[in-house]
Amino acid sequence: MPWSVVINIGPVIVLLLLGYCVGHIRERRHFASLNVREELHAGIRVTNLKRVTDPQSVQRASLVTGDAVIATDYFKSFAARLRNIIGGEVKAYVTLMERARREAKLRMLAQAREMGAGEVWNVRFETSNIRSGTRKRNNPGVSIEIFAFGTAVVRK
Amino acid sequence: MIVVNTETIPGYTVREVKGLVQGNTIRAKHVGRDIAATFKNIVGGELRGYTELLTEARRQAIERMMSQAQELGANAIVNVRFTTSAVTQGAAELYSYGTAVVAQQGEL
Repeated sequence: MPWSVVINIGPVIVLLLLGYCVGHIRERRHFASLNVREELHAGIRVTNLKRVTDPQSVQRASLVTGDAVIATDYFKSFAARLRNIIGGEVKAYVTLMERARREAKLRMLAQAREMGAGEVWNVRFETSNIRSGTRKRNNPGVSIEIFAFGTAVVRK
Repeated sequence: MIVVNTETIPGYTVREVKGLVQGNTIRAKHVGRDIAATFKNIVGGELRGYTELLTEARRQAIERMMSQAQELGANAIVNVRFTTSAVTQGAAELYSYGTAVVAQQGEL
């Protein structure tokens, strides 16, 4: 009898541990890398205003885009499912969305920097669900895509 | 061709509005990527395969939109928007649309 319990629960515990440890390290690394790269792009002014001020001095304007698809780890998905029972803020997913959004924004900024732009106007974010947690095959993982776009402006 | 998501092109004047142009594509992911994604859902992190797929697909949607604008005789597209929708499980539609215009350098 206890063996069947081990066989049933064992893999889940292994996955939870793996998800927690590896996921945690990866998340910390990602945040560190985001901080460094954001510092690098700090010179670019980003706004979601539609109207570009002082249009006379604009040399070039072009669409810039950036996107990132991010997946939850097993532990986060599990925690979210538990949270679903009692309700409240799903903290595990808050950091996940933040990472994806910052990553997408950075990729957009990298494009702007490449063309020598100092500003990005009318920035929009779009979120889409690539994979929602299904109980099928016992994988509650969720994948989210964040897409950021705006108009990069090069001044004379 | 100038493509922007602002309502006007800074430094340009819109001479003529040609109308709505659009481009779309529907992409399905292949099984290999799906398997990789399942593993990624254990340790978490970015799904680079999907990011590439979607970036590529969106570029194609933009290109289709641009060729439509070219056919209309426009030299710019303003107010570009994007939408993404899941058509079936495993396939997504990427759609971009905007207004094709003829723009001329210089303010009014």
